Amino acid sequence: MTPESRRLDGNAAAGRLSDVFVFDATAARTRCGGCGMTAPLGVYHVYADAPGMVVRCPTCEAMVMRIAQTPGHTWLDMSGVAALDIST
Amino acid sequence: MGFVSRGFVGRPEAREGTGLLPPGQYDIGDGFPVLSAGPTPRTALADWDFTISGEVDEPERLTWQEFQDLPHEDVTVDIHCVTKWSKFGTTWSGVSLDTLLDRVETSADYLSAFCDGGYTTNLPLEDVTGGSAWIVDRYDGEQLEAQHGGPARLLVPHLYFWKSAKWVRGVALSGVEEPGFWETLGYHIYGDPWREQRYAGD
Repeated sequence: MTPESRRLDGNAAAGRLSDVFVFDATAARTRCGGCGMTAPLGVYHVYADAPGMVVRCPTCEAMVMRIAQTPGHTWLDMSGVAALDIST
Repeated sequence: MGFVSRGFVGRPEAREGTGLLPPGQYDIGDGFPVLSAGPTPRTALADWDFTISGEVDEPERLTWQEFQDLPHEDVTVDIHCVTKWSKFGTTWSGVSLDTLLDRVETSADYLSAFCDGGYTTNLPLEDVTGGSAWIVDRYDGEQLEAQHGGPARLLVPHLYFWKSAKWVRGVALSGVEEPGFWETLGYHIYGDPWREQRYAGD
């Protein structure tokens, strides 16, 4: 199995992101800070077998988000996200 | 933690309980899991180089052929992944960091390894010198596969295996420690498996 064949979609990050956001993050329209593509977070690519979870743009593969859970902490790096559009 | 991928099933092996297994680890036996934070980079050897940059008198750049021409050492070591598997007696071949760093003058105390795909990790210089780290291009008698970090990866077996950066393309030397990819996301700055330094604050 290659890393690509183990790749998941953004819905795999739903559980971790529900620790942080009060809304369903997988439905949030997410603009990639690398290429500007906008899509629901659920269609982004997720690499979940590293020590943390890495979310990448499905168009340019830029890293948009990293999530790690350590004892007593959830770490979230969103520096690759240009914007989240959340329907309210 | 819940990020360990499918199929990493621990089983008791002969070495457990012998003092060879760091705390909290299990012996994975013949398995060799691939943990990846992105797609596998595939850099052509003609485009590959290894650079030593940062706080050095003169930056150094080696082509693949120049790297091949450096003396290689055979290394047999145990490796320990922060996701809790350990693998005993892995055999590698590569160039000692001592050999590479001898090519520059530096007063730096730290380095950052940088890689195709954007991964970085930080290490004290004293942890990669004195015969303790290599840039390896062969595993188990074969050319190192891309999924395991080929064409070349760092090997620092006395620290958790996230420090042994895959697809390494160079090191940047510095007087200050610059936390890398996992070190900036809750993982330990140093990562000694024998002191179980998995997470920041351990």
